[in-house]
Amino acid sequence: MRSIIKDGQVAQDCWQVLRADTEGQYPAVAADVDVIIPLALWLADKAAWQGRAGQTAVWLAPDEDPQQLAADLNSLPLVAVDFPAFTDGRGYSLGRLLRERYSYAGELRALGDVWVDLLHYLWQVGFNAFEIKGGKDLDGALSGYDTFTERYQSTHREPVPLFRRRVTSL
Amino acid sequence: MYRYDEVDHRIVRERVEQFRDQTQRFLSGELAEDEFRPLRLMNGLYVQRHAPMLRVAVPYGHLASRQLRKLAHIARKYDKNYAHFTTRQNIQFNWPELARVPDILEELAEVEMHAIQTSGNCVRNTTTDAFAGVAQDEVLDPRAYCEIIRQWSTLHPEFAFLPRKFKIAVSGSVEDRAATQVHDIGLHVVRNETGEVGFKVIVGGGLGRTPIVGEVVKEFLPTRHLLTYLDAVLRVYNRFGRRDNKYKARIKILVKAMTVAGFAAKVEDEWLHLQDGPSTLRDADVAHYASFFTDPAYDLLPSNPPELVEKQATEPAFARWLERNTRPHKQAGYRSVVLSLKKTGVPPGDITAEQMDAAADWADRFGYGELRVAHEQNLILPDVRERDLYEVWQLAKSQGFATPNVGLLTDIICCPGGDFCSLANARSIPVAEAIQTRFDNLDYLFDLGEIDCNFSGCMNACGHHHIGNIGILGVDKNGEEWYQITLGGSQGSHTTIGKVIGPSFAQADVPLAFEKIMAVYLEQRTDGERFIETVRRIGLDPFKERVYAKHH
Ligand code: HEM
Ligand code: SF4
Repeated sequence: MRSIIKDGQVAQDCWQVLRADTEGQYPAVAADVDVIIPLALWLADKAAWQGRAGQTAVWLAPDEDPQQLAADLNSLPLVAVDFPAFTDGRGYSLGRLLRERYSYAGELRALGDVWVDLLHYLWQVGFNAFEIKGGKDLDGALSGYDTFTERYQSTHREPVPLFRRRVTSL
Repeated sequence: MYRYDEVDHRIVRERVEQFRDQTQRFLSGELAEDEFRPLRLMNGLYVQRHAPMLRVAVPYGHLASRQLRKLAHIARKYDKNYAHFTTRQNIQFNWPELARVPDILEELAEVEMHAIQTSGNCVRNTTTDAFAGVAQDEVLDPRAYCEIIRQWSTLHPEFAFLPRKFKIAVSGSVEDRAATQVHDIGLHVVRNETGEVGFKVIVGGGLGRTPIVGEVVKEFLPTRHLLTYLDAVLRVYNRFGRRDNKYKARIKILVKAMTVAGFAAKVEDEWLHLQDGPSTLRDADVAHYASFFTDPAYDLLPSNPPELVEKQATEPAFARWLERNTRPHKQAGYRSVVLSLKKTGVPPGDITAEQMDAAADWADRFGYGELRVAHEQNLILPDVRERDLYEVWQLAKSQGFATPNVGLLTDIICCPGGDFCSLANARSIPVAEAIQTRFDNLDYLFDLGEIDCNFSGCMNACGHHHIGNIGILGVDKNGEEWYQITLGGSQGSHTTIGKVIGPSFAQADVPLAFEKIMAVYLEQRTDGERFIETVRRIGLDPFKERVYAKHH
């Protein structure tokens, strides 16, 4: 059990993230654990993963195409996007694509180099669960939701951009 | 001029608080250097030779007198009484103390200013023609769109961590005075056959290590689609731009790799999904922003009033200044005044607190309280009555603002170079000064006519040396400062990248090389031919021969 931030609060979590070791090998996964696996493993053998006792979810690397998951989105319990470095902003576009283009409505989790200063943007583009990086303050990260109380753009959370709301309310 | 409403104020205040918290966490050791660096850069804070450098945004170069007074106050209270205007219409403070930067930001917020995204790998300050709104050749006043882009780009959640910095420039006039072809995105206001207004979209320009003139990805984008199209371009760049090598991370490299047609097709594909979405601009939205940029209540005045004509005839120094440092205005009886920040002996673009206060006062007294920053690093009073010009000239002289050299060889665009910048190969300020001193004779300078001279202290090209008619680049040769000269570059509607004329020069030899180049020009020019035109016509060889001739 480990804590993450989900839907605005600290939550207990049992999902394991499957990552390759330095040799590119994947550790074995027990049949009954809930596991988030890389896209490549999922695409290689969906049926086997679906047949396990535990649940299976998928994580995307920043250079992967969410379209490859489009057909499975309805059946996946969770989708995650990895942020290998917080300065790698590709995952923000992936979040929006998953939500807005492929209409994914389930849990969207940010993994990796994720901490308080990124939460607001991640939430805006559609992420609702955050695995806070080890060593970073988890409870403190909750304040990241409220860093900004308004924004200019059309986002997943507030599709009508500020300029429209301004003019309409005049 | 745009005025903040409650929401704009709130966003900027929240940004100040966020940055204050980040700075405190860095100073207390909670944030590592590698974590803080990208966060502080996104707020315009570099750590330089002597101290941090804070770059404050001047959105599309628009300044109100009260804002300039605030900048003067900041220069006095937190810095050494001066600041520096940049080629992207921003202003930099060279000596603030890190721990006090949040206080500076708080003071800026009081006058609707900030340092948001003035550096870092995000969308930077949008720039435009310094004469927007008053130029005679304007197709459409671009400022409403600049403000719309400013808001769209400010804290955009999807594009906070791009592969590299991203610069957008907008031009609304026939002549491009915003260097749009050397920006990541250049937007040109155009009309199509039916008279509809739209943008020609140029992508992938930029200087730096790999100078490239941008290419057209869309000939005509109806204005209402501006933001959805920008979202599409940025998304393609964000996803596919290189992140493995920072020297190959600008959008220009992606466009080259995909070819402009391939890139345009990818954007079009992305745009299909975004087009006509909620970010589509309605007429009422544009009208809302345009309402901030209406003309001031101009007086109805005759052109060329007698008091002006008389002084012009009797005082050659005034006539000279009038010719060089003022520009025609769309309103009869008015001109725009350029306050030259290129006085010999003062680093190009530097301005003292006292000068800022003075210019702010003149803006109030003579010009509806507004000023502009030109990307050539000069300050502009956009709306001055012709009958007041003589008085403005005298005041400008008293503050060292009236060197009549705008557009001439000594109006050098120059980066801070080795005196301030830790990336520099060579100093730029003393060399620029040596050139200005060499060409200090006004008759000679006027005779040489319009010449853009641009100077960068290293290949990052902050001084845009590639597009100077004559460019200087600082290079390092075994730890010594050397200078490479390029000829034939130009900005504007026909942007070209200059060519290196040959081996670089020791510092002391640069002014002499300039003198020889100018001598060739004077010998070779035909009637009325500008320097750049002569260079284009006769090519580089005659210049090379003279400059590198062996002495016997
Ligand atoms: C002293 C601190 C400064 C530092 C450390 C710095 C650093 C850099 C770097 C690294 C680049 C290249 C980025 C790239 O090509 O991706 C760059 C570009 C640029 N800088 Fe600076 N700069 C400084 C000051 C200035 C100043 C004072 C100006 C204006 C006079 C300026 C204007 C520019 C411009 C216009 C570019 C873009 C050139 C292009 O089109 O590629 N910079 N700067
Ligand atoms: S061109 Fe080079 S030396 Fe000049 S400011 Fe830019 S990084 Fe510094």
